[in-house]
Amino acid sequence: MKTLFERSVTGRHCTILPACDVPECTPEVTRKSEMRLPELSETDISRHYTELAKQTFGVNDGFYPLGSCTMKYNPKINETAAALPGFKNIHPTQDHVQGCLELLHTAENYLCEITGMDAMTFQPAAGAHGEMTGLLLIKRYHELKGNTQRNKIIVPDSAHGTNPASSAMCGFTVINIPSAPDGCVDLDKLREACGEDTAGLMLTNPNTLGIFDKNISEITKIVHEAGGLCYYDGANLNAVMGIVRPGDMGFDCIHLNLHKSFSTPHGGGGPGSGPVGCKAFLEPYLPGERIVEKDGEYALSPRGAESIGAVRGFHGNFLVVVKAFTYLLTLGREGVPEVAKNAVLNANYLKHLLETTYDVTNKGICMHEFVITMEEMKKINGVSAMDIAKALQDYGIHPPTMYFPLNVHEALMVEPTETETKETLDEVAKIFLELHAKALEDPEYLHSAPHHSAITRPDEVTAARKPVLRFPFND
Amino acid sequence: MGSYVPSTAKQREEMLKAAGFSSADELYRDVPEELKLHGELNLPAGKSELEVDRIIRALAAKNKEYLSIFRGAGAYNHYIPAIVGSVVNKEEFVTAYTPYQAEISQGVLQSIFEYQTMICELTGMDVANASVYDGCVAAAEAISMCRSPKKRKVYVSAGIHPDTMKVINTYCGTAGDEIVVLPLKDGKTDFSAVDGEGAVCLYLQQPNFYGVIEDAEEAGKIAHEKGLTYILSMDPFAMCLLPSPAEYGADIAVGEGQPLGMPLSFGGPYLGFMACKEKQMRKLPGRIVGETVDTEGRRAFVLTLQAREQHIRREKASSNICSNEAHCALTASVYLSAMGPEGMKEAARQCYAKAHYLAAELEKAGLKRCFEADFFNEFVTACDDPEALVKKLDEKGILGGLPVEGGILWCATEANTKDEIDTLVKEVCA
Amino acid sequence: MKTPEELKYAKTHEWVRFISDTEVEVGLSDFAQDQLGDLVFVNLPDVDAEAVEGEAICDVESVKAVSDVNAPVSGTVTEVNEALLDAPETINSDPYGAWLFRLANVTDTENLLDAEAYIKFCEEEAH
Repeated sequence: MKTLFERSVTGRHCTILPACDVPECTPEVTRKSEMRLPELSETDISRHYTELAKQTFGVNDGFYPLGSCTMKYNPKINETAAALPGFKNIHPTQDHVQGCLELLHTAENYLCEITGMDAMTFQPAAGAHGEMTGLLLIKRYHELKGNTQRNKIIVPDSAHGTNPASSAMCGFTVINIPSAPDGCVDLDKLREACGEDTAGLMLTNPNTLGIFDKNISEITKIVHEAGGLCYYDGANLNAVMGIVRPGDMGFDCIHLNLHKSFSTPHGGGGPGSGPVGCKAFLEPYLPGERIVEKDGEYALSPRGAESIGAVRGFHGNFLVVVKAFTYLLTLGREGVPEVAKNAVLNANYLKHLLETTYDVTNKGICMHEFVITMEEMKKINGVSAMDIAKALQDYGIHPPTMYFPLNVHEALMVEPTETETKETLDEVAKIFLELHAKALEDPEYLHSAPHHSAITRPDEVTAARKPVLRFPFND
Repeated sequence: MGSYVPSTAKQREEMLKAAGFSSADELYRDVPEELKLHGELNLPAGKSELEVDRIIRALAAKNKEYLSIFRGAGAYNHYIPAIVGSVVNKEEFVTAYTPYQAEISQGVLQSIFEYQTMICELTGMDVANASVYDGCVAAAEAISMCRSPKKRKVYVSAGIHPDTMKVINTYCGTAGDEIVVLPLKDGKTDFSAVDGEGAVCLYLQQPNFYGVIEDAEEAGKIAHEKGLTYILSMDPFAMCLLPSPAEYGADIAVGEGQPLGMPLSFGGPYLGFMACKEKQMRKLPGRIVGETVDTEGRRAFVLTLQAREQHIRREKASSNICSNEAHCALTASVYLSAMGPEGMKEAARQCYAKAHYLAAELEKAGLKRCFEADFFNEFVTACDDPEALVKKLDEKGILGGLPVEGGILWCATEANTKDEIDTLVKEVCA
Repeated sequence: MKTPEELKYAKTHEWVRFISDTEVEVGLSDFAQDQLGDLVFVNLPDVDAEAVEGEAICDVESVKAVSDVNAPVSGTVTEVNEALLDAPETINSDPYGAWLFRLANVTDTENLLDAEAYIKFCEEEAH
């Protein structure tokens, strides 16, 4: 379909601004080059984006089992709340913001209660940003103790790619440790990796294979005994919130993805929010400003010289926090564990429906997600994880996460979330089984899938070899 | 109460039974008993939608909305055309994930491609990414693009936004960079300390935090003479009236995109934009969308140059960014489409004209500008008691400028009318 | 799979062409390019960089992966093949023409394999 630039007609415009009502003047030196922004009517804009919306698959369009992304339904009351003028028209440096501060303070308390942490910052704008922040807390802790030799972060091979990338950004050396055959942390390998130079461990539990690591207390103990700290990647918290808390598992700091467990929408790739929580001993190092409450009055208070500084401007993605807070108000103390239990139930139910046909790596119970491997099928007739993923699109299903975690070949990672009905799961299972049968009888059909999307598979090789990253304007 | 779990108690029983569980508790048999929460979370009880709505509205009502706003300082009050909200609130755009599955994500992908193009047009640069968290992070990520194993020195103007300075300190401090802050002289950055020895880049903000128009072209010449990469942060409206970052000679252009259709929002979500010349393309962090064709030869858009990114390069990636601010980028695209090239230029001219009118009127009221140099839409005036003046205006429903060292930092945009300005000045005199 | 006789090979799948006793040209073997799939970009080393045998010196990118190129011998980088920046596909179409970089002051050559030994090594690795 046409781009905005191809729809543009010279001289066409919307009437937005009135004439200038003060004397006009111009600076000494002005811009010379033209800006080829599109010239459009409001109708053009409306139709263009309606077309684009039709070619976009959101959670409202159908089942979205994207593993590790927790694509649950995004409640509309959250959106209404964030759109209130009393939040959206507030300047970040103005006074009279008791409502904003009370909301942030209360959200901090609720999330600390859910995670077993003592303090939290909302400055990080996404999960990876939170990881960096948490690691900087660990770094500062060791620095202030004079342990600058502690420069290694241990990361299991099943970790999200952001974990090693964040560690490296913070100046740590990454020690990758292989998982045990059951997908959990190999305790012996962990013990071997721990030492005088250990700064900490980054772990997600349940892990990316959807397994809750039973040895978690032992794991955090090993790291602590070696003098390191334990970082909890909260990407998979949806499985266990209200059931077990990272703080009780022995973690010292965590990040949460409000755009996963706490139902804020993902917006096609952000804005998210990645608050970082920590135990009291790390609190002085948190970035941004602290919110303090006295007799029902809230105030921002600067942190001391020990703080790592700031990781973003102002107070983070505030409106995203409004949405998550609204969600927490709705759920309350009963609703939070309800979410977790049903996320796990839905995953186990769907796993049960698929595991007799597909090769599921989780042999026992799974948490919020499970992993299918297409390795055997690929060997037999060439049908890969990618082929199944693409074929699912034709049935109005968003594909699961593909080729992740890295320690499973031809992986499809399925996370149904708690907001799907039994009817949907039954229907989805039927489609998965149909595709499996189709894969055996007509592999070519799957290789060329999808057949009913706006486009067939794109040529990613040419896209990367000869990048076209902006509209060329025929120049 | 509410949990958005749609399955009924009966269905849950059926599902548990089918999957071979005798009770819901059994789902957590892998979790050691001693770790489990016994008892309830210390949270209030769940609530109905109507109750939640009341609580949230009551909270919002505790914040003060101003009738007129004369404050910027990194967050700007511009008019947002109605079409912007209408488009960006479409559920597909709101609820989609990052467009990994190109075939069913052409809409999001094309919108990012169009956004990248518009950022290139505004800045005059060759390539833009799909956004980063905000303008502060864009600055820090731009400096990271210049990092070299042997050279660690980074020149940063003292006139940049204080939050940006803090974020640069955090990011660069941990990477081991040496930050050399270039002082201000009469409100403008003094480049005389730039000797280039062991340095990689020069970072400047145009207009600077105090609103002053910097000698940005001169800065570019100095940077290039000393072999430095020139990073220029610019307000998107300033780019439409003042020379573009490319015209100033910038190698990397960054900035805060909030003015492009995002409300003030108590500081976020905002939009960090980043653009650069083609030779730096592979160092640009974050998501980038490219055009290609599908197997039938039709135009198609995909996330590309992914081998730069964390999910592939892991610990060798130069940035860990993953989720960015895609929905804010969409907002900026719709905003720019509604404004068009003429609308953007007109808005920029009005920002400039109204700020100059405001400055002239304030001067008549006895508030004299602190710096002689020209400014765009912000400027600092001296003031004996900034806090008291701001408080006085506050009582009249006016958000006055931000008290800064030596006075008040004022701002005017196309959203301020002449009447508002005249009222403000009257109150200042009162 | 082509494995020219006149070249030497490393177990990490780079080929080495001796220009003189102490100067070599390095590229990726046909086996390597086949395993890596369509290459989309090459991050070449800096001229003057010190190559240490067995250690990563630069990398090549496919759409969904990045792979290190190890130095098959030690030496100093004297020249890089900048033509590959615009045409990385040459590594796939002409692996023995698409040299990546040249090294001088070459040492640590004793672990290199001849064509016959390399073919055998690849066969073993494939199983």
